[in-house]
Amino acid sequence: MIEPQDTPTDQAAPALPDLDCAPDVVMPEVIYEGDNTIVNIGPSHPSTHGVCRVIVELDGEIVRHAEPVIGHLHRGIEKMAENRTYLQVVPLTDRLDYVGSMYANWAYCRAVERLAGIRVPERAEYIRVIVCELQRIASHMMAIGPAGADTGATSAFMYTFWQRELVVDLFESLCGARLTYNYVRPGGVSFDLPDGWIEKCREFVAQHPAAMLEIDRFLFGNVIFRARTKGIGVLDADDAVSWGASGPVARGSGVDWDLRRDDPYSVYPRFDFSIPVGDNGDVYDRTRVRLWEAIESCRIIGQALDGLAEFEPGTIKADGMPRLLAPRPGDAYDHIESARGSLGVYLVSDGSVRPYRMKVRSPAFCNLALLPLVSEGYTLSDLVVILGSLDPVFGEVDR
Amino acid sequence: MAGVDDLAKALESTPGGGIILTSIDAIADWARGYSLWMMPMGTACCAMELIAASFSKFDFDRHGSIPRPDPRHTDVMVVAGTITHKMAPAVKRLWAQMPDPKWCIAMGNCAVSGGIFYYDTYSVVRGVDEFLPVDIYIAGCPPRPESLQDAILRLREKVRAESISPSRVRAVEGVLPLPGDPLRGETADAAPEGSDV
Ligand code: SF4
Repeated sequence: MIEPQDTPTDQAAPALPDLDCAPDVVMPEVIYEGDNTIVNIGPSHPSTHGVCRVIVELDGEIVRHAEPVIGHLHRGIEKMAENRTYLQVVPLTDRLDYVGSMYANWAYCRAVERLAGIRVPERAEYIRVIVCELQRIASHMMAIGPAGADTGATSAFMYTFWQRELVVDLFESLCGARLTYNYVRPGGVSFDLPDGWIEKCREFVAQHPAAMLEIDRFLFGNVIFRARTKGIGVLDADDAVSWGASGPVARGSGVDWDLRRDDPYSVYPRFDFSIPVGDNGDVYDRTRVRLWEAIESCRIIGQALDGLAEFEPGTIKADGMPRLLAPRPGDAYDHIESARGSLGVYLVSDGSVRPYRMKVRSPAFCNLALLPLVSEGYTLSDLVVILGSLDPVFGEVDR
Repeated sequence: MAGVDDLAKALESTPGGGIILTSIDAIADWARGYSLWMMPMGTACCAMELIAASFSKFDFDRHGSIPRPDPRHTDVMVVAGTITHKMAPAVKRLWAQMPDPKWCIAMGNCAVSGGIFYYDTYSVVRGVDEFLPVDIYIAGCPPRPESLQDAILRLREKVRAESISPSRVRAVEGVLPLPGDPLRGETADAAPEGSDV
């Protein structure tokens, strides 16, 4: 028989030495406790405007906390960009903000141009302004219409969608694609305007403000819509700034900030336009700001079409663009005002033909982060309207 | 089938009206094929074209294809957009919630094979057919709404060839590749004995 070994059970275990490190993180209180009900919305729900999941803590019908869960559309675009040449990244940027593909194209191209020191011909800059303002209109139509649909006024969506289809038709005759344009390229744009395009564009711009005014009257003047959106989801200006909100979400709260005017890029300083700003920061103002921005965009497009005549057709690409860009090592950041806010692209080059790192500063992501703040204290049905008014596009939120 | 497709005409020409003779399969498939309600499983860019399909310009309601976001109301799931590994369990669950008989359309390259996200990424499911039985594939990035329209019409043909008994497929001429059809990769000579083709 084996004698049990003398085990030092009565000896105290040696104390672990103290580590020289940062103090422990105190975990925040558990949010979900008490009698409140937890309701899960999504990730497939018609009112989340994409694949967003929201975990809502409800007290009766009042939202106490709404937690967006993102990442259901995380496709790793930033990582993929590291394996593509600079030109091959452009189609990937289309898939970021798929409601406004031109913007991501442009923001990325600006970062590349800054990195490689490319000068873009003025005609190309004018065309870029025109297509991006058209894109702003198309994108805002996808925000105003659903705002009506979320509150039960589906017919407004039909009207706005029709305007969007007109823009999409213009884009289709420009570059052959309805959604993923791949049109703005480093050094210029891919094609010049086709014959008759300017006239078609002028026709669109001529009818659009009237259509918008009609929607302004019958949607924003509608008593039910006003009751459902006025004073709902209030975001004050200080919060908007400190949470990094931008675009119509910040301007709806009275933050008079628009990169087109306040950090002018491209040829925007040459145009005369105003920036609509709301004052209550509620769903109504956020949505209405978009409508008036669409009208202002028409003014910009009109001026840009006039200015376009000065430049010789065909001068749409920078001279001496190499087939394979290999910018010198360094980094560059550039941002533009997209339909959702300030969209920035940060690129790091290690001197090879592929970006070493690409980072997208997504306005939709920052705006969506406001959801817990702005939805607290409103009802569950208001949550749907508030989420829609932040206008998240999940391709860009999750990237 | 002709009698079922032209129901109104058939009723009129029947003495006394109100009675027509048909097979259960034919009338069931006729009813199913003309009201294929869609479960719009739109996740990414292709969802925009899916929305466009049911709005002002394309108006799919006229085909009887009405988008219903509730899986229990629907017959055909249209997977439009990239499916990530995080999203896949939700799609599977929604598919399981749809009542039989049900069909699936994979719209866009992402749903067909992963598309532009096939290489170099770690989070995308390479084609929705990895976990769903897809009936119709639509190529395109994104496909035009007309392609979706074509898919619905083709699916209708496919539905017409089905039987309400799950083990049997009704042979409807010119619909499914039958023995001897070049689509099946056989020659006419290889058609089995006694086949009515
Ligand atoms: S197929 Fe193309 S358009 Fe459709 S979801 Fe995929 S990337 Fe987007």
